[in-house]
Amino acid sequence: MVATPAPEIASVAAAAAPLPPKKSESRGLGFHYSSFQALKNINMPIYENKVTALIGPSGCGKSTYLRCFNRMHDLYPGNRYEGNIMLYPDRTDILNPDVDPIEVRMRISMVFQKPNPFPKSIYENVAYGLRVRGERKRALLDEKVEEALRGAALWEEVKNRLDEPAFNLSGGQQQRLCIARALATDPEMLLFDEPTSALDPIATASIEQLLTELKEKVTILIVTHNMQQAARVSDYTAYMYLGELIEFDATDTIFIKPKNKQTEDYITGRFG
Amino acid sequence: MTTTEHLSKQFDVDLEKLRSHMLQMGGLIESQILTAIEGFYTGDIKALEQVIENDRRVNGYEVNIDIECSHIIARRQPAASDLRMIMGVSKAVTDLERVGDEAKKIAVVSKQIHESGRLQVPRLVDVRRTGSIVVGMLRKALDAFARLDSVAAAEVIRDDAAIDEAFRGMMRQLITFMMEDPRTITTALEFVWVARALERMGDHSKNMAEQVIYIVKGTDVRHTNFEDVERKASR
Repeated sequence: MVATPAPEIASVAAAAAPLPPKKSESRGLGFHYSSFQALKNINMPIYENKVTALIGPSGCGKSTYLRCFNRMHDLYPGNRYEGNIMLYPDRTDILNPDVDPIEVRMRISMVFQKPNPFPKSIYENVAYGLRVRGERKRALLDEKVEEALRGAALWEEVKNRLDEPAFNLSGGQQQRLCIARALATDPEMLLFDEPTSALDPIATASIEQLLTELKEKVTILIVTHNMQQAARVSDYTAYMYLGELIEFDATDTIFIKPKNKQTEDYITGRFG
Repeated sequence: MTTTEHLSKQFDVDLEKLRSHMLQMGGLIESQILTAIEGFYTGDIKALEQVIENDRRVNGYEVNIDIECSHIIARRQPAASDLRMIMGVSKAVTDLERVGDEAKKIAVVSKQIHESGRLQVPRLVDVRRTGSIVVGMLRKALDAFARLDSVAAAEVIRDDAAIDEAFRGMMRQLITFMMEDPRTITTALEFVWVARALERMGDHSKNMAEQVIYIVKGTDVRHTNFEDVERKASR
């Protein structure tokens, strides 16, 4: 009889595991809203096909950081970036002024706190990004819309009423519609800015489940106020405070044995 | 180790209660051991019966502390040092309860020995001395828990070697008696139970000390060698 080898102790196995490849990375990232510096020298990897959660108290810069990834701050004058955000494997610097923000947003989509469908039909909401890109073939649009709605776990619920206004959907369904809209352009990364804070627990659970399915295909960066949500859905967690990255590590490490006292105080609810 | 208060004062109150219940349980068990060992020598049947009876209180503590732990997990979703504290208490309490069981075992065996009137084995066997090392270890483990002192916890782990040595000594003595005079075999075998109970208490105290190191340092030192433990406890 062949003896079964003893299972390796988890901590030993974890230490030996290699890090996943990077999908993106911020290097020396700073950001200024006119004279106010909202982000300071943030160096952080975003690992491919993983969920990275950004946590921290209000005003710590986590949403600001997230928005840098699809150049959302470009819309207001006086905003200024420092450093780079590299997108791999092509090593595009997202923040380079020569890089077209529309192109960036095709590759990196965003889902917001409150579901914000367009005042159009369900179908048109999802097809919108493709139409902007110039796609006109109906058959291809149909195919992409179905694929995106399936990807957002919404297809079965809406397939017979694609022409209805998106506002007829429930809050949770609207949020999944927004995810489908974000998926339609085949992005490489998805940004979520507190995607479940306006949803009930059931809708929240279905979005969280969706996140774990989506990461098979895309890399996810999520801002959340709900620490338990970060613990549930993410592989890596970053704790930010006053515009600085305090600690970045595997989620298990952050929630069981963080290295930094500030992180510890925040996640144990001692932060005053 | 974080010692500042939570924003939720109730959370602090719950954690403090949990810890103090565990220490109360530890206090009860300490007196159980001492009474059982004393009864082993004096044959005070009443006191031994009291030890046996008290074990129900020990079990009650264990169940209640486990309930408290699950309540805190359900209501607070503890993280980091709080999580480790709950995990550590929940595990340590199981060991503590087993120390209680061993004390009860000593009481049961002592009662049998004295009631049967069989006392042929000279009571040279070093139960008292070993017992006091064990109680010292348990006390130190509980102290380390109370003060979250990983260095003291590492000392408890080291002390376990002394108990193991004492156990081997007692076994050698008992075997000698049995070989010299087979009439002592029945009683000597009962003495083996007592010695064994003490040795197990040492093991359980050591397990508790390992939990203290986990709570304080976040490192699991179970199944590692002592040099490693000491290094991790002090770092």
